[in-house]
Amino acid sequence: MADAHTDHSGASHGSVGSYLTGFVISVLLTVAAFGVVMAHSFSPSGTIAAIAILAAVQIVVHLVFFLHMNTSSEQRWNVMAFVFTVLTVFILIVGTLFIMHDTSINMMSR
Amino acid sequence: MAHDITADAAHAHEEHHESPVVFGFWLYLMTDCIIFGTLFAVFAVMRNQFAGGPTGKDIFDLNGVGIETALLLLSSITYGFGMISAHQNKLGALRGWLGVTFILGLGFLFMELREFSHMVAEGNGPDRSAFLSAFFTLVGTHGLHVTCGLLWMAVLIVQTGGKTVLSERMTNKLTCLSLFWHFLDIVWICVFTFVYLMSVI
Repeated sequence: MADAHTDHSGASHGSVGSYLTGFVISVLLTVAAFGVVMAHSFSPSGTIAAIAILAAVQIVVHLVFFLHMNTSSEQRWNVMAFVFTVLTVFILIVGTLFIMHDTSINMMSR
Repeated sequence: MAHDITADAAHAHEEHHESPVVFGFWLYLMTDCIIFGTLFAVFAVMRNQFAGGPTGKDIFDLNGVGIETALLLLSSITYGFGMISAHQNKLGALRGWLGVTFILGLGFLFMELREFSHMVAEGNGPDRSAFLSAFFTLVGTHGLHVTCGLLWMAVLIVQTGGKTVLSERMTNKLTCLSLFWHFLDIVWICVFTFVYLMSVI
C-alpha cells in the first residue's frame, strides 16, 4: 500500500490505523486532564504538574501520529527547525516569567 | 567520509523528497509557534492581575471547553482521513472529509464566539482587567487562525471540485493546510491546559 505512493510524500502521510491510534491516545489524555481538574483529587500544585505532563505527552502524540514527525533523514530539517523553535519558545517564556517576577518583587507591586 | 555523506544524500533523495513548498510552510509554522509562545508568556505574567474583576474560576465553563476540545480533536482526525483519501486519489472522499472537517471547525468557532459574546455581555470583555486582555488576545489569536484555516479549507474544497486527479501543486496545498490544522490543535492543547484548566484549579 505504502509502496504505491513512494513517488510523493512517501510513507510520511500515515494510515487510518495510525490516525486512530493517535486519536484514541489523545482522547484518553484529554479526558484524564479534565478529570484530574474536575475531581480535585490532588493538591493544586500536584494538579498543575499532572496536567502539564499530560499536555506535553499529548503534544508529542500529535507530532508523531498527526504531523508524522520522525527521525528519518527526510525529516531531519523539519525536526531541527522544530527543536530550535522549542528552544526559542522556552527561553522566551522562562525568561519573561523570570524577569517579570524579579521586577514585581523589586518594585514591591505585589 | 565525504563520499559517505554524498551517498547518503543520494539515497535519501531517491527514497523520498519532501517538497520545498511544504518545508517552507513548516518554517512559517515555527514562526507562528513563537507568536503563540509570546502570547502564552504574556498570559502567564498577567494571569493573576484581576483588577478586582472576575477570576478564571468565576467565568470559565469547562463543559464548553470540553466540547470545543472534542470538536477540534475530531476535526484533526477527519482531516487526516481526507489526506489519506487524497493520497489514494479518491477525490470524492477527500471533499467529503474536508466538508466534515469544515463543519467541525465551524462548530468550534461558533462555541468560542458564543463564549466570548457571553463574557463581553456580562461586562467581562478584554477591557475589564489585564488577565482578560491577555485571555482574549491569546484565545482570540487562536480563533483567528482557525477562521483562516476554514477559509483556506473552503477554497481548497472549491479548487478540488470537478477534478479527477490531484496535481502535485494541489497535493502540496492540501499538505500545508493539514500541517496548519494539526498545528492549531496542538496550540489548543496548550490553551485548554494552561489557560482554562489551570485557571479553575
